[in-house]
Amino acid sequence: MAAPLVNAPKRVRRGEVFEVRTLISHPMETGFRPGTNGTIIPRDIIEHVRCRFAGETVLDMALSPAVSANPYLVFYVRADAGGALEMEWTGDKGFSASYSTAIVVE
Amino acid sequence: MKQGSAAVAFFALLAATALAQGIADPRRSGFDDMGTALQAIQRDDFSNPAALWLAEGESAWNRQAGSAGKSCADCHGGPENMRGVAARYPAYDTMLGRVVNLDGKIEDCRIRRQKADPLPHESRARVALEAFVARQSRGLPIVPPDEPNVGAAAAAGSALFTRRMGQLDLSCAQCHEQRAGQRLAGSIIPQGHPTGYPVYRSEWQSVGTLQRRLRNCMIGVRAEAFAYGSPEFVALEAFLMRRAAGMTIETPAVRP
Repeated sequence: MAAPLVNAPKRVRRGEVFEVRTLISHPMETGFRPGTNGTIIPRDIIEHVRCRFAGETVLDMALSPAVSANPYLVFYVRADAGGALEMEWTGDKGFSASYSTAIVVE
Repeated sequence: MKQGSAAVAFFALLAATALAQGIADPRRSGFDDMGTALQAIQRDDFSNPAALWLAEGESAWNRQAGSAGKSCADCHGGPENMRGVAARYPAYDTMLGRVVNLDGKIEDCRIRRQKADPLPHESRARVALEAFVARQSRGLPIVPPDEPNVGAAAAAGSALFTRRMGQLDLSCAQCHEQRAGQRLAGSIIPQGHPTGYPVYRSEWQSVGTLQRRLRNCMIGVRAEAFAYGSPEFVALEAFLMRRAAGMTIETPAVRP
């Protein structure tokens, strides 16, 4: 499984709103589709995406089976203080992925 | 055969006269025929989900594999040395004594140089490495080799392109030449130029090769699809690349 890809600026000005773009590899199996033998393929989705910036939760999102495979999420964060941008994806079948990067606020 | 080389010559002539007279090239990439939302995804490297495959391909490039304990990078150096490679395949391989496509050449390298087991066709790792290699040629024009064996393969491919097949009794050319630009159900029929393979296809929700795409069409006309890596597919690929000569490589493209 590929590591998630996260695109965020390395340095931002204090008070600036910056964009975070994330892409992760995941089948997002809905749990509604029958497989080749007619039985339902069990649901396998990412349930939660969380993002903490400088220790504060800035995104806590529940995904549904309607979300496509390889979810691409874009969100905006205001930089009040610099710190680590920590992303976490958790889901069915014990799925877990994380990503962390430091962002400097000037 | 004769008809095949005539078709190839016709396209070359068409392209040459178009350039000479300053007329716009009548050939269109599938990119031009798809919706603006998908075009936007392809234009932005990060929102193109193929970025995930490229990242995997890059790590595979640098990772040692097989009993020889070699990585691609150990022999070839940086991936920038692969620039232009995807633009000239399928090519004749003197060691193998046959025409191979890029996927076949990578498989050969894996078996002969890395002494590793071949990866299954269309497996994620195999497609990722091919996409990563082909990505290095993005923006370059397709330049099929002027070589007799490749020419013979392209002629065979041209014959396959115009041969009716399957229960629907349709040839590739009937849709992708005679009816290109018209609609099949709601979708515009593209001219079928292999400019962006391996592509991220939203129908697949994954990256796949040209052969996977060709198999989709064959199954669509209810024909028995050729096997992956078969000479028929390599021949079709050789023909399609000549037909698209001079068009720009878009790998990894996004398609509906």
